[in-house]
Amino acid sequence: MKPAPFEYHAPDSLEQALQIMKLNAGEGKILAGGQSLVPAMNFRVVQPGVLIDLNRVSELSFIHEEDGTIRIGAMARERHLEFDSSIAKRTPLLTEATPFIAHPQIRNRGTIGGSIVNADPAAELPVLMLALNARLKARNASNERWIDASDFFTGMFSTALEPDEILVEIELPFMPAHTGWSFMEVAPRAGDYALMGVAALVTLDENGKCAGAKLVYLNAGEGPVDAKEAAQILQGEILSDELIKSAAVHASEKEINPFGNVHTSAEFQRHLANVLTKKALKQAAQRAGDLQ
Amino acid sequence: MTQTFPVSIKVNEKEYKREVEPRLLLSDFLRHELGLTGTHVGCEHGVCGACTILFDGDSARSCLMFAVQASGHHITTVEGLANDRDNLHPLQQSFWEAHGLQCGYCTPGILMTMIPFLKQNPDPTEDEIRHALSGNLCRCTGYQHIVDAVKLAAEKMK
Repeated sequence: MKPAPFEYHAPDSLEQALQIMKLNAGEGKILAGGQSLVPAMNFRVVQPGVLIDLNRVSELSFIHEEDGTIRIGAMARERHLEFDSSIAKRTPLLTEATPFIAHPQIRNRGTIGGSIVNADPAAELPVLMLALNARLKARNASNERWIDASDFFTGMFSTALEPDEILVEIELPFMPAHTGWSFMEVAPRAGDYALMGVAALVTLDENGKCAGAKLVYLNAGEGPVDAKEAAQILQGEILSDELIKSAAVHASEKEINPFGNVHTSAEFQRHLANVLTKKALKQAAQRAGDLQ
Repeated sequence: MTQTFPVSIKVNEKEYKREVEPRLLLSDFLRHELGLTGTHVGCEHGVCGACTILFDGDSARSCLMFAVQASGHHITTVEGLANDRDNLHPLQQSFWEAHGLQCGYCTPGILMTMIPFLKQNPDPTEDEIRHALSGNLCRCTGYQHIVDAVKLAAEKMK
């Protein structure tokens, strides 16, 4: 239970980190909060040859508002997301969901960028990035590019990042007006990986009809699962119990693809998705109505 | 040749300077290099909470961090809570009085989790205490006396 030896770098600027990544493309592994990587290294499931620690790169820890968006540095700690007043005001879904990420001891170290790049299908932040239409900024030593969250997650623990790229910034558009939100999950013990979870957003128009909805699931496939067809069922309609029920059935039966694990069968995960979807849509619609 | 790094880490207000291999976990540094064996090592993958310490005042798993990362930072371990055994921290005293431990393996991690929790929430409900304990595994007590001890501590620290 001790990590294998590695070459260690702790740059104090992003420029230095990018140069080290360039020199070690393919072998360089970024250490962010370390709350998933270090356990994997302790088990020797992961044995990076070169570890590039970003914890001294203070320029990546910001959270601020800019042009109708929240900008978050990739090294911002999950604990800071939880208590940030701009996030609470502009993207309250994120504030509501952050306490579900493990325990305070983990959130004190864990970073938004680390969790996104780790791309664990059972993690909360990848789901939230899809639900909130995030854009993710990747850099290498010579270029930068923005990647939509919908293009970023490419499979189980896989992302669109190239071997020499570092995720440096996350951009979240403010949630639209009259948008209600909900985040719900079921875990064996508070802070454990959830058996199933859903992020729901509902925007209502002036007639109380659904002007847009979003349903994204965790632990429901190879990555975060965006149930677009279920959301489409709600579009332009009054959210009656009957309609909510059909969206929940569609998402849980047709769109998610849970695998089951030692704690749960895939069938039970589908059942949970059905129940959580109904509850989450009702809460989100209620909140959207309260905002009108 | 094995790469080593000089580190300067403040632990319980005392500065320690050592040369460490980068793969040395902070938990092992505290125990093996400094002899501060109050920080316990349980699962070594961030689940059990036995190795919880304060990193610049915030609770963290010392098994999920390398000692080299703590250079220039301030660590508080369970040894930093009381000056001597006759003057325990009110939280420790409460664990003593309410029988909040049996084998004691999980206790240091629980204490170091509850210190910032009670600072943030000085008058917690039982539900809040149980939620705050969810990242620390205890296999002896069934948690009831731990919850009692934390309640008692909250009273004492008012």
